[in-house]
Amino acid sequence: MRFLLRRLAFYAFTAWAAITINFFLPRMMKGDPITAYLQKHQSEFNPEAIDSLRTLFGLDSDASLLQQYLDYWRLLFSGDLGRSFSKGLAPVTEVIASALPWTLGLVGVATILSFLIGTGVGAFIGWRRGSRADYVVPFATFFSTVPYFWMGLIVIAIFSTRLGWFPASHAYDKGSSPEWSWDFIGQVIAHGTLPALTIVFASLGGWVLGMRNMMITVLDEDYVTVAEAKGLAPQRVMTRYAARNAVLPQLSSFALALGFIVGGTLVMELVFSYPGVGKLLLDATNAKDWPLMQGLFLVITLAVLVANILADIAHAMLDPRTRMMES
Amino acid sequence: MSLSTMPTTSETSEARATEPERPTTLRRLGSSFAMFRNPKSITGLVILGVFALVAILGDLIAPYGPLEKDFSALKQPPSAQHWLGTTHLGEDVFSQIIYGTRGVLVVGLVAGVLATFTAVVIGVAAGYLSGWRSESLSALTNVFLVIPGLPLIIIVASQYDDPSIVLISAVIAVTGWAWGARVLRAQTMSLRNRDFVQAAKANGERLWRIIAVEMLPNLTAIIASSFVGTVTAAVLGLTTLAFIGVIPITNLNWGTILFWAQQNGAFPDFWWWYVPAGLCIAILGTALSLVNFGIDEYVNPRLRSAGERARAMRKKGLSTASGVTAVRIAGKDGDDAAGTGRASSAGADGEGAARP
Repeated sequence: MRFLLRRLAFYAFTAWAAITINFFLPRMMKGDPITAYLQKHQSEFNPEAIDSLRTLFGLDSDASLLQQYLDYWRLLFSGDLGRSFSKGLAPVTEVIASALPWTLGLVGVATILSFLIGTGVGAFIGWRRGSRADYVVPFATFFSTVPYFWMGLIVIAIFSTRLGWFPASHAYDKGSSPEWSWDFIGQVIAHGTLPALTIVFASLGGWVLGMRNMMITVLDEDYVTVAEAKGLAPQRVMTRYAARNAVLPQLSSFALALGFIVGGTLVMELVFSYPGVGKLLLDATNAKDWPLMQGLFLVITLAVLVANILADIAHAMLDPRTRMMES
Repeated sequence: MSLSTMPTTSETSEARATEPERPTTLRRLGSSFAMFRNPKSITGLVILGVFALVAILGDLIAPYGPLEKDFSALKQPPSAQHWLGTTHLGEDVFSQIIYGTRGVLVVGLVAGVLATFTAVVIGVAAGYLSGWRSESLSALTNVFLVIPGLPLIIIVASQYDDPSIVLISAVIAVTGWAWGARVLRAQTMSLRNRDFVQAAKANGERLWRIIAVEMLPNLTAIIASSFVGTVTAAVLGLTTLAFIGVIPITNLNWGTILFWAQQNGAFPDFWWWYVPAGLCIAILGTALSLVNFGIDEYVNPRLRSAGERARAMRKKGLSTASGVTAVRIAGKDGDDAAGTGRASSAGADGEGAARP
């Protein structure tokens, strides 16, 4: 129980810190693009929207900082993140909500695939250490350092432009609109294959190497020796004794690497013109659309936080010791 | 070869522990570089050295200026005049790569130094202190681990019209120090209760002396590895930022080359324009990872001995997959006992070195 409370306190604290950083970001900003924008487009806003924007960006300097901070929280709880300048003054929450499923689908599926494949391959070559399987290591090293976006560009050049196997951009064919039909799902899969494959291959190397190293370390433990000496089937020793213990640090680093992976995949969306959160963030940056940028940063951070909680739950399920600590 | 280096490292560390006055400054210096004395680290360091030379001597090596335009040779494939071809404005890609090396290495180095310094200060403090101060430093570290770095960098960098190299490095460092701090905290916490630290404390050594003289030498491998890690992340971060056009194009680096290539339709036909820059990033990253693997093997000798032992076993005609431990082999054949004994004693040596 104590463990659970500690984790909960940590997540609450991190969420608070992310939101507070988000509060201070525009206040540290040089210059004031918001006022200029508001003056130019005053007629298009209703007074309520102007008020919330002023609160979000710290323009209500007549109020004290504490008052501004409280107002900011009040706005967040009512789900108001301001209006997006570059998307026809649509509420930021709506703009993000339309992009989020695409990113969650693409990045989520690709990252989990990459983690599972990489951990499996790593466990295998760790088990077969010193054999020909070790030749995977240099390749994994090389691929883990290739920038995501460059690999994406190369993949487009080969599989889309040259071979024409997959479409190079967007999430579905031009002219069709999202609906629950087999035709549309097929389009989504066809369009998502290249970006997903790129993410899988670009992030695979890190998982393979991490798991291999943990596997080699765990294989020297006494309990593996005992399992071997008892005459258990090698398959069972590998999966139940060695890999199960080696995967625990792997899970923790999965949780911690998520922030990094998300950063890399955001750029992938630009390369593939995928209509997700990353492309939205880069478009917002180019358009100097501050409310959208601010809202996106908040949503991305909270998404990483949720993924961390999920990784924590998986860790607790695999490792009885964490559950023991709870009781 | 690592079998021969292993006893040396453990011998020198033993010598240092038992007879503190004997080792010369030179040998002491040599032993602190022991983590780089293996084939992987050396390969990585040699590649890094080549890149560093290119960065320093860029003006001498580059056949053309980075922005020197030759309008008679636009989008030319590699030739004797232009080794890596030319861009849409007739600029020499090879020269751009050479000049770009400097931009990448400078940012990588500055960000790496800044982030590692922060990581050491916060990590060691969090590990050495206890109670709420340690907890709050650790909470700070965890928050920075969870916050996604790249979006934050993009937002901060986009608020400046012309961010300087130092600013970019600083922002990358701010988002990149947490990992190192976390590892350093864990290691410092385990060092804090070792006998030699307790002894120093009992002797009335001052706090800074305990940290600087007793603890830091035992943390060098982890500090080096976190430095290498942050440099890698900084190089990837910088090139990504340059590629998406957040940082000014006047700062020439490999990412800028890719930005121009993408903007001017180099994909997919003009491969000489975009392949070399990406390869350079990957090769630099691989070199840094190799250095890190070397350090990993120094810190965790099981990684180093595993391959050796497995190979030795296979030479004797034993399957590596079944022979996870030496126990079986020794029982199988009396003749092999000597060989296995040697292999396992090497492992034991390594384990001794695992606790520096």
